[in-house]
Amino acid sequence: MTTQARQRVVTPPATPRRQGTYTGTWHLVRLVLRRDRVRLPIWVLAILALVYSSAAAVQGLYDTQAERDTYAATMGSSPAVTVMSGPPTALRTLGGITVYEINTTLMVALTLMAIFLVVRHTRAEEEVGRTELLRSTVLGRHAPTLAALVVVGGASVVVAAGVTAIMLATGLPTEGSLAYGASMAGLGLVFTAVATCAAQVTTHARGALGLSSAFLGVAFVLRAAGDAGNQVLSWLSPLGWVGAVRPFGDERWWPILLLLGFAAAVLGLAAELTSHRDVGSGLVPPRAGPAGASPRLGTSVGLATRLQRGMLVGWLVGVFLGGVAFGSLSNEVEEFVELSPEIAEMFAGTGTSLVDGFLGTMLMILALVAAGFTVSSVLRLRSEETSGRVEPLLATGLTRVRWAVGSIATTTVGTLLVAAAAGLGVGGAHGIVSGDFGQVPRVVLAALAYVPATLVLAGLAIALLGWLPRAAVAVWAVLAFCFVTGWLGTVLNIPDWVTKLSPYTHVPLVPAEPVTWAPMLWLTGCSVLLLTVGIAYLAKRDIA
Amino acid sequence: MNTPIDIAGLHKSFGPTHALDGLDLQVRTGEVHGFLGPNGAGKSTTIRVLLGLLRADAGTVRLLDGDPWRDAATLHRRLAYVPGDVALWPNLTGGEVIDLLGRLRGGLNPRRRADLLERFELDPRKKGRSYSKGNRQKVALVAGLASDVELLLLDEPTSGLDPLMEAVFQECIGEVKAEGRTVLLSSHILAEVEALCDRVSIIRSGRIVQSGTLADLRHLTHTTVIAETARHAESLTAVAGVQNPQFSDGRVSFQVESDHLDEAIRHLSQLGVRSLVSHPPTLEELFLRQYGDDVSAAG
Repeated sequence: MTTQARQRVVTPPATPRRQGTYTGTWHLVRLVLRRDRVRLPIWVLAILALVYSSAAAVQGLYDTQAERDTYAATMGSSPAVTVMSGPPTALRTLGGITVYEINTTLMVALTLMAIFLVVRHTRAEEEVGRTELLRSTVLGRHAPTLAALVVVGGASVVVAAGVTAIMLATGLPTEGSLAYGASMAGLGLVFTAVATCAAQVTTHARGALGLSSAFLGVAFVLRAAGDAGNQVLSWLSPLGWVGAVRPFGDERWWPILLLLGFAAAVLGLAAELTSHRDVGSGLVPPRAGPAGASPRLGTSVGLATRLQRGMLVGWLVGVFLGGVAFGSLSNEVEEFVELSPEIAEMFAGTGTSLVDGFLGTMLMILALVAAGFTVSSVLRLRSEETSGRVEPLLATGLTRVRWAVGSIATTTVGTLLVAAAAGLGVGGAHGIVSGDFGQVPRVVLAALAYVPATLVLAGLAIALLGWLPRAAVAVWAVLAFCFVTGWLGTVLNIPDWVTKLSPYTHVPLVPAEPVTWAPMLWLTGCSVLLLTVGIAYLAKRDIA
Repeated sequence: MNTPIDIAGLHKSFGPTHALDGLDLQVRTGEVHGFLGPNGAGKSTTIRVLLGLLRADAGTVRLLDGDPWRDAATLHRRLAYVPGDVALWPNLTGGEVIDLLGRLRGGLNPRRRADLLERFELDPRKKGRSYSKGNRQKVALVAGLASDVELLLLDEPTSGLDPLMEAVFQECIGEVKAEGRTVLLSSHILAEVEALCDRVSIIRSGRIVQSGTLADLRHLTHTTVIAETARHAESLTAVAGVQNPQFSDGRVSFQVESDHLDEAIRHLSQLGVRSLVSHPPTLEELFLRQYGDDVSAAG
């Protein structure tokens, strides 16, 4: 009896299986899925809904061979469209047209999904210290990263499979549908890997997002420049490899291997980086800063400016470069449009000059992109609150109203500057290619015409911030809606009353259309009204 | 004005949760007032109502003779706040945050700022994201203590500080007190409360269950006595107020209510006291009694 008891004590527990660096991944996969059980389906379904509606619209618009031939003759020969949509492939087929119409939107949406989700579950978790808590349990070193990869990579594959399924369902040829879907899966995996790698480099989630988005931007510019001119550049970009698959033309499968190989290589690099750094730190060590604040950092405006200046500079540069890219195409529009009066109609609006129509469309797209700055700038107020940073601020002589108004003032000035940068980029490049620099101020003013519409979004964000703070992020969805109505409204045949819900619909397509002051005034009025309501609610509610 | 903080019948709910349930709290000018209670009792909620971040559902709250909700910004120029969980802007340095908060409050004392940085051994040139928990806490402490304000609201201000820094903090609060300023100190560190506080209030489930000087609170509870007597002390059991007597080897140990201490000692001396040790309840005993569920059920 005694012996037995003693034996029982000394008997070592069953030897545990050797714990690898991936131990516990499956538990984390379930955690990620649980946390994103709403977010993940929204990303996937929103992207697929966009693909489905575009595919269905194309079927309706180009149902005769004659229509498709016209499309190929016009869209296929335009450098401007090539820059935006990639190399024209098989544009005389429905499949080719479908891909051409949805490709850029789909690629951007898919890559952004991968970037946002990966950073959310890797660096952002590490930054707030939750990874540390998890890593103290029985969990391998690579498990958190691998779990994010499995889920986001899986989501990319699901989107890709959905794209293929939609194409097959709309009656497009099997081989092309499979090839296009496979290339999307490869692209999603590439950006999953790139974001994973970026998350190892920076200490900060914001930095990882910036780095990954910069990679996307560079890939897009290389692809655009390559497709418009020097083909070699396209081969330097993963987005170029997608184009090289040529779905519905003479499909090539090997560029998909290129995508997969690249993703694997980047992942290998990320794994290497993970093994050589500490939890919570990045590869770029933080530098020492000033021991005291500059005289400007003593007011709400001063603080907001200081916090947002990095982001603002990034947006100014990005939007300016985007403007240059668009503006430099302006003189090709004339010859391109001569080929097709229908396309002229698409760009011109009611305007007199085709170039102005083109410039107007480009300025509207840039304005929609630039609204991203405005929305994220306004939503800073919300993250200041949820992070608890606002508490010590409001425990000083700063009132809530001054705090909010100071930040909004910064947002407004930033919005004006970003709009001006877009105008300067488009106008400057247009001036260079046309030799008429007198156009610059006119284009800059035209770019500023969208500011009231953007400020309506800002006002909406503030109103939600005051009234329903948890819902404030929904402004991103509103911006996405404005983008879809503005960018794809005609392709998707969205009903008029729906497009009119977007404030951007009410801005005249300057410089093609004459400036009318009425919409400017009532949009500004709307914005001020929403702002006032939001601040009134903010002054009355509990601060989180 | 001699009650910078005067709260009566304060109620605050978050949805179905009653965070504060008829709280009364008075803090007098020039005192360091300890604010104690278990996690989730409503300490931070009270302080956030005092800061005008939360709006009271019912009750009256007076802060520095003003309305903390309506006159928030004006009143805040006269107080400093140190949270227990400090979030800093990741890209601002500690020095920048200290200056920013000081300026927003209406200026800070540069000499005291430099002095505090040195005493707390804080490097002001590091970015917010690279400070440890303890160092983030120091940033908030320096920002709060460097300003010449009449009231300090400290919500577990030393969480994460090492014992050396804890000593520096106690020294600083001693100086604040010597200058006649008022402090509301919410804390779990009982030694800190014992060393610093003139009066304490104990909060439980959103209401104050005990308030007074430490001596007052001790008076309400039991003193432990251990004695060695010539004759067996069995008869003690009959003395009113004596609880839980234990006899062994001619020694007796028992607890006695403060009101009956005199009787018990008189009784002991009749038995021939050879040695006597008595100690008041430690603060820890005091709080365990107040925090414990059994006590609230009994009382």
